[in-house]
Amino acid sequence: MDKYNLNNSYKAVVIGGSAGSFQGITRILSQLPKTFHLPIIMCLHRLKHVRNGFVEALSIKSVAQVVEPNDKDQIKKGGVYLAPSNYHMSVELGNYFAMSTEEMINNSRPAIDITLGTAAYVYRDKLIGILLSGANRDGGLGMKHIKDKGGLTIVQEPTECMIDTMPKAALSLTQIDHVMKIDQIVEFLTELDKHYK
Amino acid sequence: MVQDIDIADLKKITELVQSKYGYDFRNYAMSSFKRRMLRILELKSLSIETLLKKLNEQPAFMDDFLDELTVNVTEMFRDPGFWRIIRDEIIPGILLNHKTFKIWHAGCSSGEEVLSMAIALKEMGILQDVQLYATDLDTTILEKAKLASYPIKNMELNEKNYIRYEGKKSLKEYYQEENGKAVFDKELLQNVIFRKHDLVKGEVFNKFDLILCRNVMIYFNQSLQNEVLKKFHDSMFKYGYLAIGSKESLIWCEVANKFLVVNNEEKVYKKVKD
Repeated sequence: MDKYNLNNSYKAVVIGGSAGSFQGITRILSQLPKTFHLPIIMCLHRLKHVRNGFVEALSIKSVAQVVEPNDKDQIKKGGVYLAPSNYHMSVELGNYFAMSTEEMINNSRPAIDITLGTAAYVYRDKLIGILLSGANRDGGLGMKHIKDKGGLTIVQEPTECMIDTMPKAALSLTQIDHVMKIDQIVEFLTELDKHYK
Repeated sequence: MVQDIDIADLKKITELVQSKYGYDFRNYAMSSFKRRMLRILELKSLSIETLLKKLNEQPAFMDDFLDELTVNVTEMFRDPGFWRIIRDEIIPGILLNHKTFKIWHAGCSSGEEVLSMAIALKEMGILQDVQLYATDLDTTILEKAKLASYPIKNMELNEKNYIRYEGKKSLKEYYQEENGKAVFDKELLQNVIFRKHDLVKGEVFNKFDLILCRNVMIYFNQSLQNEVLKKFHDSMFKYGYLAIGSKESLIWCEVANKFLVVNNEEKVYKKVKD
């Protein structure tokens, strides 16, 4: 019996995180099924002027190689993508990425709201959004967009977060579907993946 | 506040701007173009209908519109590693064959990049030997670029980049502080020709040894990027260099086989075939 009532209609998973999310994200990426079917699109706050190292650090334990896409790269099944430093990363109709150097949002570039909001526009109710620990409100609005388009929303259990401002912002802006600890998020994604086999 | 714009409304705007003013935004990347439109509506407190009316009835508004539409966020010595390669590899490579040469900054925005280049060239002792062209679609921003005057609050980041570039001095030696602005030495820009140029509709106007067009084509869709890259190819001498943004690529485009990758990390290419 599937306690999350899942199906195989989803097209992508987006994940946002900031301060205190690195451990959680690493655990998710290392414990996922090796052939996780859906693309995972991540926007994590990071040091603006450190271009190298982050994607490598995330890749070490990840079951799939983490890639910082180039502008207009196609989004592929099973791909694990990370928004590059100092660029906003959007998802475009036609299933590809677009980069931009527009103004910072919530003092952030990449801004989670942009990645989540554009993904919501493209994937509508076929999207799962996950927001983890973080020290600012970026991502809250993006989660609202996902919910408004009929997508599924998950935030990390605030008590488990190193800093809970980010998930709490999302909880205050919209009706979040699930509040989960990292272990439950892993279990959820593993369960989801079974529907694609 | 307008929360969202649908594609039909975006189309109305691009068609009006195209027919009345001759600018073609139809092949701009959709999500950033939409964000720019939402931003303009919010900044100017307009609805779609009032924006269309204003564009239709007030030609003077068009300059303002262009200035807000184009993304003018930049920094001096953005990606210091890129600038070190320019100084240590690319320019010495050009100097092997030419004592004097030409550089084009395509989409120069508020001028931080061309100013960075001027400082790099000055520190190499060859500023007087290089003709620089700086072009942009947006005349308002070109006027700003000519002034070489930036909010002092931006200088912390610019200085950090310059230090990581390993410049010879302190950036402070190139500007005076006046009323909260960092006003750069005008001599740096003595060999720079600023001119309005539209990458979408503009013709090839010169041949260059080095073209920089970094984080400009990201606002275009792939078919427009392809067209612009063909124009760049036509605007370069054989063995000239093309630099694009660190998250751009030209491996997929039609003229890709006429270029060699010089540096894949910093996205510098060399034209090897006419």
